[in-house]
Amino acid sequence: MVTGQAAPGAMAAAGSPSVFLLAVNGQIESGQFPGFDDLYCKFCFVYGQDWVPTAGLEEGISQITSKSDVSPTTLVWNFPIDITFKSTNPSGWPQIVVSVYGPDFFGNDVVRGYGAVHVPFTPGRHTRTIAMFVPESTSRLQKFTSWFTGRRPEFTDPRVVAQGEGREVTRVRSQGFVTISFNVVTKDMKKLGYDVSPGDMQNPSLVPVMEGIHKY
Amino acid sequence: MREKLKAARSKAEITLLQEDPSPRPRRLKSIRERKTEVKLDKASDNDKFGEMQEDESHLPPKIKFRDSVKKLRQKSTFQNDFPSTEEAYNFFTFNFDPEPKSIKAGSRKRNELNEEEETEEDCVETHEEDEMDEDVCLVKGDDLFVIGQAAEDFLVVKPADCESYSEQLKKEKEFLFTPSMLAVPTSEKMPGNMQPRYLEDEGLYTGERPFVSQSNQNILENRILRQEQGKEWFGDDGKILALPNPIKQSSTRPPVFSLEEGIAPELETVYRKAIKITAANQYLVGPGDYQGPFQLDIDISGLIFTHHPCFSREHVLAAKLAQLYDQYLARKQKNLTKLLTDKLHALRNAVQYSIDSGGDGVPRPVAQQSIPEYKIEIRQTRRLRDAEQEKDRMLLKTIIKVWKQIKSLRDFQKFTNTPMKLYLRKEEVDQKLDEKAYEAEIQAEINELLEECMEEYEKKMEEYKTELQEWKSWKKTQKSKKKKKKKGIHEEEESVEDCDLGEERVKPIPPKMVSSLEIEQQVREKADNCRRKPGVPALIPELVLSGSVTPTELCPRAEVLRREDVKKRSAFIKVLFNSKEVSRTVTRPISSDFRVHFGQIFNLQIFNWPESLKLQIYETMGMSGTTLLAEVFIPVPETTVLTGSAPMEEIEFSSNQRVMLDHEGVGSGASFSFEADGSNKMTLMTSGKVSNSVSWAVGEKGIPLIPPASQQNTGIPSALKNIDAIASIGTSGLTDMKKLAKWAAEAKLDPNDPNNAALMQLVMVATSGEAHIPDFFRLEQLQQEFNFVSDEEFSRSKRFRLLQLRSGEVAEFRNYKQVPLHEREISEKIFQDYEKRLKERDVIDRKNYLDAHRAVVANYLQKVRESVINRFLIARRHFLLSDLVNEEEIPSLGSESPGILGLGLFKLAEPKRPLKPRRKERKKVTAQNLSDGDIKLLVNVVRAYDIPVRKPVLSKLQQPSKSSRSFNEMFAASPSAQSATDSPDWAFNQVLVRPFVEVSFQRTVCRTTTAEGPNPNWNEELELPFRAPNGDYSTHSLQSVKDEVFINVFDEVLHDAVEDDLERGSGIRTRVERHWLGCVKMPFTTIYFQARIDGTFKVDIPPVLLGYSKDKNLGIERGYDSVRNLSEGSYITLFITIEPQLIPGESVREKMNEMLKKFDTQEDEKLLQAAAKYEAECTSKFPSRQCLTTVIDLNGKTVFITRYIKPLNPPQELLDAIPNSSQTAAELVARYVSLIPFLPDSVSFAGICDLWSTSDQFLYLLAGDEEEHAVLLCNYFLGMGKKAWLIIGNAIPEGSTAYVLTLEQSQYVIWNPSTGCFYGQYDTFCPLQNVYCLISCDNIWFNMQEYDSPVRINFDISKPKLWKSFFSRSLPYPGLCSVQPEELVYQHSDKAAAVELQGRIEKILKDKIMEWRPRHLTRWNRYCTSTLRNFLPLLEQNQGKDVEDDHQAELQKQLGDYRVSGFPIHMPFSEVRPLIEAVHSTGVHTIDVFNVEFALAVYIHAYPQNVLSVWIYVASLVRNR
Repeated sequence: MVTGQAAPGAMAAAGSPSVFLLAVNGQIESGQFPGFDDLYCKFCFVYGQDWVPTAGLEEGISQITSKSDVSPTTLVWNFPIDITFKSTNPSGWPQIVVSVYGPDFFGNDVVRGYGAVHVPFTPGRHTRTIAMFVPESTSRLQKFTSWFTGRRPEFTDPRVVAQGEGREVTRVRSQGFVTISFNVVTKDMKKLGYDVSPGDMQNPSLVPVMEGIHKY
Repeated sequence: MREKLKAARSKAEITLLQEDPSPRPRRLKSIRERKTEVKLDKASDNDKFGEMQEDESHLPPKIKFRDSVKKLRQKSTFQNDFPSTEEAYNFFTFNFDPEPKSIKAGSRKRNELNEEEETEEDCVETHEEDEMDEDVCLVKGDDLFVIGQAAEDFLVVKPADCESYSEQLKKEKEFLFTPSMLAVPTSEKMPGNMQPRYLEDEGLYTGERPFVSQSNQNILENRILRQEQGKEWFGDDGKILALPNPIKQSSTRPPVFSLEEGIAPELETVYRKAIKITAANQYLVGPGDYQGPFQLDIDISGLIFTHHPCFSREHVLAAKLAQLYDQYLARKQKNLTKLLTDKLHALRNAVQYSIDSGGDGVPRPVAQQSIPEYKIEIRQTRRLRDAEQEKDRMLLKTIIKVWKQIKSLRDFQKFTNTPMKLYLRKEEVDQKLDEKAYEAEIQAEINELLEECMEEYEKKMEEYKTELQEWKSWKKTQKSKKKKKKKGIHEEEESVEDCDLGEERVKPIPPKMVSSLEIEQQVREKADNCRRKPGVPALIPELVLSGSVTPTELCPRAEVLRREDVKKRSAFIKVLFNSKEVSRTVTRPISSDFRVHFGQIFNLQIFNWPESLKLQIYETMGMSGTTLLAEVFIPVPETTVLTGSAPMEEIEFSSNQRVMLDHEGVGSGASFSFEADGSNKMTLMTSGKVSNSVSWAVGEKGIPLIPPASQQNTGIPSALKNIDAIASIGTSGLTDMKKLAKWAAEAKLDPNDPNNAALMQLVMVATSGEAHIPDFFRLEQLQQEFNFVSDEEFSRSKRFRLLQLRSGEVAEFRNYKQVPLHEREISEKIFQDYEKRLKERDVIDRKNYLDAHRAVVANYLQKVRESVINRFLIARRHFLLSDLVNEEEIPSLGSESPGILGLGLFKLAEPKRPLKPRRKERKKVTAQNLSDGDIKLLVNVVRAYDIPVRKPVLSKLQQPSKSSRSFNEMFAASPSAQSATDSPDWAFNQVLVRPFVEVSFQRTVCRTTTAEGPNPNWNEELELPFRAPNGDYSTHSLQSVKDEVFINVFDEVLHDAVEDDLERGSGIRTRVERHWLGCVKMPFTTIYFQARIDGTFKVDIPPVLLGYSKDKNLGIERGYDSVRNLSEGSYITLFITIEPQLIPGESVREKMNEMLKKFDTQEDEKLLQAAAKYEAECTSKFPSRQCLTTVIDLNGKTVFITRYIKPLNPPQELLDAIPNSSQTAAELVARYVSLIPFLPDSVSFAGICDLWSTSDQFLYLLAGDEEEHAVLLCNYFLGMGKKAWLIIGNAIPEGSTAYVLTLEQSQYVIWNPSTGCFYGQYDTFCPLQNVYCLISCDNIWFNMQEYDSPVRINFDISKPKLWKSFFSRSLPYPGLCSVQPEELVYQHSDKAAAVELQGRIEKILKDKIMEWRPRHLTRWNRYCTSTLRNFLPLLEQNQGKDVEDDHQAELQKQLGDYRVSGFPIHMPFSEVRPLIEAVHSTGVHTIDVFNVEFALAVYIHAYPQNVLSVWIYVASLVRNR
């Protein structure tokens, strides 16, 4: 069943492209988690079966950051993300899943928030603020013990937050925000019939970018 | 004023500054605030400006505060409207000591009392207060308020306002309104000059108004009328608008009675368990669902010809007469004439009555209205009656006519052929009465007709008049025109005249008045025609068969011939069921009156609902053969028609055959005539009636033997019923729309009544000309608009197809990555496999199975598996919290699980480095971020025991020796292994065996180094990479990995390859050969679920290894003997695990079980609850032990497990084989069970869902997993009278499994049902590792002992401390009936088929071996093959055990000097592929000596029920030089 996989690359060279590319860079800029300190975050990308990362890091983990006196609610990570995907199908467009961790009162590492957002599909610079949430304990007793032991409920897989299936069985509490900036470049999308830019968009700055990509 | 204020403020400020200059900025601020405050004051008090000004004049300078206060005091005595701004300012800006505060309070109180308008300001002030307080502290220290003022200085006392009661009432009257309870006159409720309109009287549907008491209604009306637009609330009839009463008369829900109220016992609802539908097995009617046969009784009583070629003319007439008489009788029974006459009378009476009553008083409108209707109906009824009467009379006339014909014919031909006679009975009537009635009737009719005519005349007269009027006016204009024209131009005259002529109108003719005489004449004429004359006796015909037929000898020749011909003829009837002949009646001669009597009842035993029932009527003519006369379809009886109550029915038939006869017979399809001159010809076809009855038989217990209704026409009728709108009015099944519409019109349904809405709609559709209702309706008719490509394009596109298949999770495409964007990049090949699979699904591949039955079963299993997998996919969508969220379990005090509150606390105090360290759990990896190569399978091959050793004979033969031949011959004569020890070669060739282990997994092969001796010690760790299918490392994907780990033990044999003796000195050249000794197979899923496998396994070694022997007497290491004495065979110690450890995840099976448990069960609710409780109790104590109380049967239903256990009879053949030894018999039975194959891919099947089939299903399918084997074996043992239990436990390598425990002479024996081996309780090599529970036919025992290894536990179930039983004194065994059959029926083994199969398998295997050796010539040694073939039946007889190891010798004798290595393989037979695999895995074909020869023999032994035991003997031979 893996036979068809080598073909796209070869075809791309010969005239009309058979895949389109999506280059994403940017950074996980900051988070707002009032009352928490010394947080770090992890990110990973979730994408459909027709997507393949061609370059860059699919997952990452940031440094621990402490809040400053200047703005005591904002924790700045400025953690860069840089990844390129190739794909044949816009279905399953990549999502970035961010999970934030930090020590609790007893110094145990606990999760402080999960969140996910789709990578913007129009080229250009975008900033996204994700509202974060954490799963709740199923009972008061468990809430207490989990607080006491520092083993709070976590998603079995952070990717759960990028999908809708099975979420109905969970209860979550919202907690904090994370701001991510994306710079998105696409290649060959339009050639393959996927027009993502609004019809009236006047953005001359994109043209040289596209040209640059072509050369690349 | 502002100026002033400012000035004052600045002054104040200055003063204050002077007093305390330090907090300047604050001060300023407060001033600013103050300013706004003042502004606000001003705005609010604009109207009081005058007063304000007055106050201003009193504004004192701030410095003199005391003065101001004084003044304030003065002022307050006379002016208390409101405080001045200045006052207010002071009030807040200055420091109030406690006392002044009270002043402030006082003043405020005063303010509040008197001036409500001031509250707003007050509020503002209080707001300001806080800030003032700040100021207060600023001006602290000032003693400005050293004033001796008291609170009363600011108070003014006033009497409370009081309104007189009358005034209050007056005021109240203005506001309040009490609606009166008197009725409101209608005129008030209606808009001016309008009459109330009563819709109901106009015939419109109004509905029933909900009941509201009249007084309430009046109150409401009065109230509404007070409002401005009150009249809108009243309808045209002057009543308040109201929706129809929404409450239904009858309750839709049955009344709920509670038991306390003591209802009648017969009304109490009783809970009944749903009844099991037996037709649950969807795919084939297995023996378990044997339901039939059902029975259909067909009773054929006889045959009557209404026409037959051999009919004489008289017969024809007689038949006609009989028919007419039948008709007469039928009419007489119905008696329509009488009915209509009665109706007519009734109608006439009704008219008369209404006219009479109308004459009394004012004619009621209803009655008035109905009279014309009655009249119309009278007319219609009369017409109908007349017609009926005429018919009656005509019929009578024809009967008489035909009878006369018959009589004349009989006279003419001088003989009679039929015994028919017609009598006409006269019924005398009272002449006078009759005449009177007759006359009255005629008079009534005349009157009515007259009336009718009058009406018509009037109508016509009216028409005539209007026409005449028109004509006259036209004439006039015409005339005037003509005149004008004459005066005008002459030229046009003609043409005008022309057109005038064309338009010339005919003068209407006045209608004629019909005279009463004329009418009377008409009526009388008609009455004469169709009615009996008055006084004439009524004629009643009576047909009897009492006449005598002229004997043959008196007849003319032609008639004699005819009669002879009739005698020759006979008839019979065939019964066809589903167009297949099932039975036929006896052939009976046709009697002279053309009747055939059969009187036979046929009982058809059927399985399915009949499609058609047909009778074929045959006629035989002497010797000349039979002809099919006609076919008659009989309707399949309703399910309510049962034998005994079914009526006889006559079904007519006719045939189109043409028969011309040369005698008196009139023939069939040939024209003949009654007249002498041949005119008035008629042609008749053979026709007749079959009298029969079809009904369902009734079984022994009064149960009708009717196939289940579900098989009937797949539910179409029920669907019809659902959409039957007419059902709402009580009738149903009407489908003729036109008729329905007509009925609806006639029945005068109220079209506005919502009860009739559905029907009316239907009628509307039916009558609006659009009679054609589409027989389909479309969901989402707009869908097409939203399709982004057309359907054709969609189905043509390969890409869409691929995407669709992938999202449908079709196995081939489930994880297909990167579907190409362009059509051209998708190759057709991708679909080929899939399409092939689809095509082959229903085609039974005989090639692979070699056996039709097995092919069918495989097909069935495939379908079951598909349906299970579909359920599994649904179940996978069903998430639990634990699937998504990792959460610590609630710690409990008592449990063993790590809890902080309980034992966990003590753990803190545990020593950091305990003396006896416990194994630490490795970190488990959730299978998410894994990729190929991350997971490794670690196999640690430790050691092996008792590997077979080479026979010294072989070592002897290895030596190329000149004298070998003679020596060998001599040796062969005395096949004693010991003798070889003496030979000098034996000492030289010391090594008994050089075994090594090769592990192969997923086509990767690893091997250990070679060790020496029969008890080798390798202790090597082999690492094999693991690749998940499609790179999908999710839990469910890993669970369905089918790969097995093969651990093969080989012997490495070194041969001296030096051909020449001369070279021997110069170098060593040896050839390495490997000989397969045995293997251990281990499914990957077992390793995955168990996380690690650690133990000693029995190596699967063929019973005979040519050239090897289980060396006993050489006994070097006998240390293990004492432990092992119960078992024989070789063992290997292994440790297998996966690195990193994967979390097995909750088996989907459990989740599915949970889901399935929610529905689909036949068990009692209480029992299920008890089972759940029992399981919960057990698992809470021993979470690792599986407690099994309910299982799922093949239909997906939950069944209590003990129902599976029941004594069953083993095949008698096996018991007969060894009549006296129960031990051997048991072994034989165990072997029989083990010969039933496993499901071909039991691995994936077991992982997904465990379905338990009953023993008969199991034997029928001949495939199952451990549980089925165990259940069958246990049942057999019980049937043989042993004490046996089912063990649910854990074994290596199967994992969770089922074994059988028996009690033999106070010793417990554990049986492995899938191999047929048995072990003593204390056998260390028993594969059963843990015992969880025991199950018998009436109870379940859960192991409550500390240990669960069979060696360490006590199997005495009578001890409740050790075994917790399910049914106990508190919950006695309810006597559950078993799901197993009463008795197992075995098919006898088909020896011939086995032999044929044997030949085919042998051929296939030989072809395969040649195929595997593409570069070498494969020679077959026929001698050897035939010898081997002789060995095999013997092996089967001895069950592969204690065979004398003389194969080698035997072979030597036959073949001479050959080095032979080979072995028999024994397998149960399911299909060919595993056999090929088994042969291939031994690697016999790998030998590449150039002169090698092969031998292969197959033997199949057939056991009852087609259980086949396959033996394959393979050997390779190398000729010794």
